[in-house]
Amino acid sequence: MMLELRHRGGCPGPGGAVAPPPREGEAAGGDHETESTSDKETDIDDRYGDLDSRADSDIPDIPPSSDRTPEILKKALSGLSSRWKNWWIRGILTLTMISLFFLIIYMGSFMLMLLVLGIQVKCFHEIITIGYRVYRSYDLPWFRTLSWYFLLCVNYFFYGETVADYFATFVQREEQLQFLIRYHRFISFALYLAGFCMFVLSLVKKHYRLQFYMFAWTHVTLLITVTQSHLVIQNLFEGMIWFLVPISSVICNDITAYLFGFFFGRTPLIKLSPKKTWEGFIGGFFSTVIFGFIAAYVLSKYQYFVCPVEYRSDVNSFVTECEPSELFQLRSYSLPPFLKAVLRQETVSLYPFQIHSVALSTFASLIGPFGGFFASGFKRAFKIKDFANTIPGHGGIMDRFDCQYLMATFVHVYITSFIRGPNPSRVLQQLLVLQPEQQLNIYKALKTHLIEKGLLQPTLKPEVFSEGLCWTPQHHHRHR
Amino acid sequence: MTELRQRVAREPDSVPEDKESESEAKVDGETASDSESRAELAPPPAPADDTPEVLNRALSNLSSRWKNWWVRGILTLAMIAFFFIIIYLGPMVLMMIVMCVQIKCFHEIITIGYNVYHSYDLPWFRTLSWYFLLCVNYFFYGETVTDYFFTLVQREEPLRILSKYHRFISFTLYLTGFCMFVLSLVKKHYRLQFYMFGWTHVTLLIVVTQSHLVIHNLFEGMIWFIVPISCVICNDIMAYMFGFFFGRTPLIKLSPKKTWEGFIGGFFATVVFGLLLSYVMSGYRCFVCPVEYNNDTNSFTVDCEPSDLFRLQEYNIPGVVQSVTGWKTVRMYPFQIHSIALSTFASLIGPFGGFFASGFKRAFKIKDFANTIPGHGGIMDRFDCQYLMATFVNVYIASFIRGPNPSKLIQQFLTLRPDQQLHIFNTLKSHLTDKGLLTAATEDE
Repeated sequence: MMLELRHRGGCPGPGGAVAPPPREGEAAGGDHETESTSDKETDIDDRYGDLDSRADSDIPDIPPSSDRTPEILKKALSGLSSRWKNWWIRGILTLTMISLFFLIIYMGSFMLMLLVLGIQVKCFHEIITIGYRVYRSYDLPWFRTLSWYFLLCVNYFFYGETVADYFATFVQREEQLQFLIRYHRFISFALYLAGFCMFVLSLVKKHYRLQFYMFAWTHVTLLITVTQSHLVIQNLFEGMIWFLVPISSVICNDITAYLFGFFFGRTPLIKLSPKKTWEGFIGGFFSTVIFGFIAAYVLSKYQYFVCPVEYRSDVNSFVTECEPSELFQLRSYSLPPFLKAVLRQETVSLYPFQIHSVALSTFASLIGPFGGFFASGFKRAFKIKDFANTIPGHGGIMDRFDCQYLMATFVHVYITSFIRGPNPSRVLQQLLVLQPEQQLNIYKALKTHLIEKGLLQPTLKPEVFSEGLCWTPQHHHRHR
Repeated sequence: MTELRQRVAREPDSVPEDKESESEAKVDGETASDSESRAELAPPPAPADDTPEVLNRALSNLSSRWKNWWVRGILTLAMIAFFFIIIYLGPMVLMMIVMCVQIKCFHEIITIGYNVYHSYDLPWFRTLSWYFLLCVNYFFYGETVTDYFFTLVQREEPLRILSKYHRFISFTLYLTGFCMFVLSLVKKHYRLQFYMFGWTHVTLLIVVTQSHLVIHNLFEGMIWFIVPISCVICNDIMAYMFGFFFGRTPLIKLSPKKTWEGFIGGFFATVVFGLLLSYVMSGYRCFVCPVEYNNDTNSFTVDCEPSDLFRLQEYNIPGVVQSVTGWKTVRMYPFQIHSIALSTFASLIGPFGGFFASGFKRAFKIKDFANTIPGHGGIMDRFDCQYLMATFVNVYIASFIRGPNPSKLIQQFLTLRPDQQLHIFNTLKSHLTDKGLLTAATEDE
């Protein structure tokens, strides 16, 4: 997180967060002297098992990774002192990442999906690697294979559920895909079971505990990274604005909280991250709400961002073209009295989406940081400075995405609760899978309902025949 | 059940039954030197003898080996009788029993976590674990209740709001727990706290999702609940019996008392048992019909026209079996064919759940999950093989038996926007017309 910059760029000494604190834990525990005797006669489990209940301070640091700053940057900045050099590297990398982000948005939703998938795989890899290092279990039989296999299974399951919904027309055409979709859950379960049985068969006598730990570690990581990434993709399909505004709000909150903290920071916020301050938190909150408001206003104008992503079988690509829903049409809101006096206007034209963006920004500023605190606690617990060293100056991919963690779920829950009901293509997909008699029954029930609501004109008996003939080709034409 | 032999064998300490189990016992931390040297995992003090006094007195004159046998046997019969009584009492009581079993399993596994990590005194942690259990249960029950009690929910205003914003409310509750966890992180205990957080979540994933899938299966029809569970129990007992009488070749290093003879014998016995049981149960409506909530009587009813699965059909016997039995055709319920699939899973893959639990117990050097049931151990010990079965039955039903729930689809349809409704209606209409199911004649019914 950006707030660590000050900590990192400045004197490395006082940054007591990651250096092992003096052995306060020694007094608390009392059973460490037993380690030497137990090494010889008991199995590996016990040696690492000892780690479990000892205090944090006794756990050795994981050796820092090598410096990955590109040579170019190093030469360009060789003249500056190390503090400013770090500042510059971080700044340049930030701008690079933001430009990359814009580029991919320009390239479209499919590239964004691939990007999300790539990030998910990298985050999974980072967290699993930490697990390996913590447990020194890199050489456990089968374990690396099994972790990646489970990642594959869970991704297959989620992508199958998503694909079935959104690519309904495409899927209807291909026979094999139909089969895969119809029995999707069964196939996913069978794949998972195969992994589970392999795990049980791979249990080795002296490594039971480690293997169970890694099994659990893998599952929790999958729960965190894979579910979040699929919720992100579902938000994306709802409309790119539902992907862009939340993510930008979190990034903005990061940056503005850091800036406010840098200039005005005085009161510490939480013991877990000593560099965060209340001034930064509150300043970041207000700036993010304003930023979200403005970003929503700017993006709501363009169909490209606002329309749900659809897959068109004729052009075999994703299109975002539609009639913008009411959320994205300007409406006049009458201002409350005190604002009227300030702005000297009776009403203001806003997109309803901007009201929602206030909710999203509020969540990003108030609750999003908890994701960051969680990641900080995790890093302290396992005595690592960064999740990995992928991005020079910033750490790993997880470091950048820790605050986004809760945001994706919130946006998804928000959309399903307040914006739209169930996904219409999913309902259609399920309808088409039913037995014919059930379909007929439902058809009749729906027809009655629609006629009651006045959405469908009841057809008169004598005209049924001709109307049916007249309507059918048009129906087919319209819905092709 | 195969642990019986192992447990009984440990009783006479002077004469080890065989070297392997003795050395296993040493490695597993039963001997004094090991337990001294690893203070963090001293085996939990020998659990107090839970056997009721009545049994103790009645069996006091037998040797300890036979006493254990009898205690186990009596408890087994007691549990089976209890099972029958609950079935008789109906789906509501069954649901509550499932809920209680789930809570007890959760409690057992979390307690093991506490013991492993000596984290019983971690600030907040016990509260947070139970809070998360509550949240996840609320979420799942809300989803189930919304589906099955739709009319009831729509009538009552507070329930309607709770149901409409259910996901949001559940997420908020979970978030509160998450934030409390972050705020409760204490400087020297970060790692322990993260471990317990992970432990709680994995336990929830295992225990709560399975129990809700069991309830889903139950709502499909009590037979979908009873037959799988009975098959797993039968496989346990049969594999033990076959192993006891014919056991020779060890099956897997993880559970040295299991044998191939027991495994294969148990498989065939369970398939036969499943066939017989489904034949018997398919005749009764109360087992076969989906559980529905009747608004008028405000209770659960199981009354319906049995579906095709539960109507006798003639099947031609393949030539091979014809010559043996001399019958040309046989009358079976189609459900019996499905029961073969269920029994096969229970016998072949179900034991992996048991191996998983055995590995877990060895990894954490515990003999049983808890000591709730005398002679048997904890609730988890009895339910470890059921673990995978519930998911399999649910996936099986969803894939092969029925598609999506029509009434649920109609509910979802009604919440869509009018233009979406029209679009779906028209697509369905053209689909049905294409298939020839919808003609002008049926149109005006």
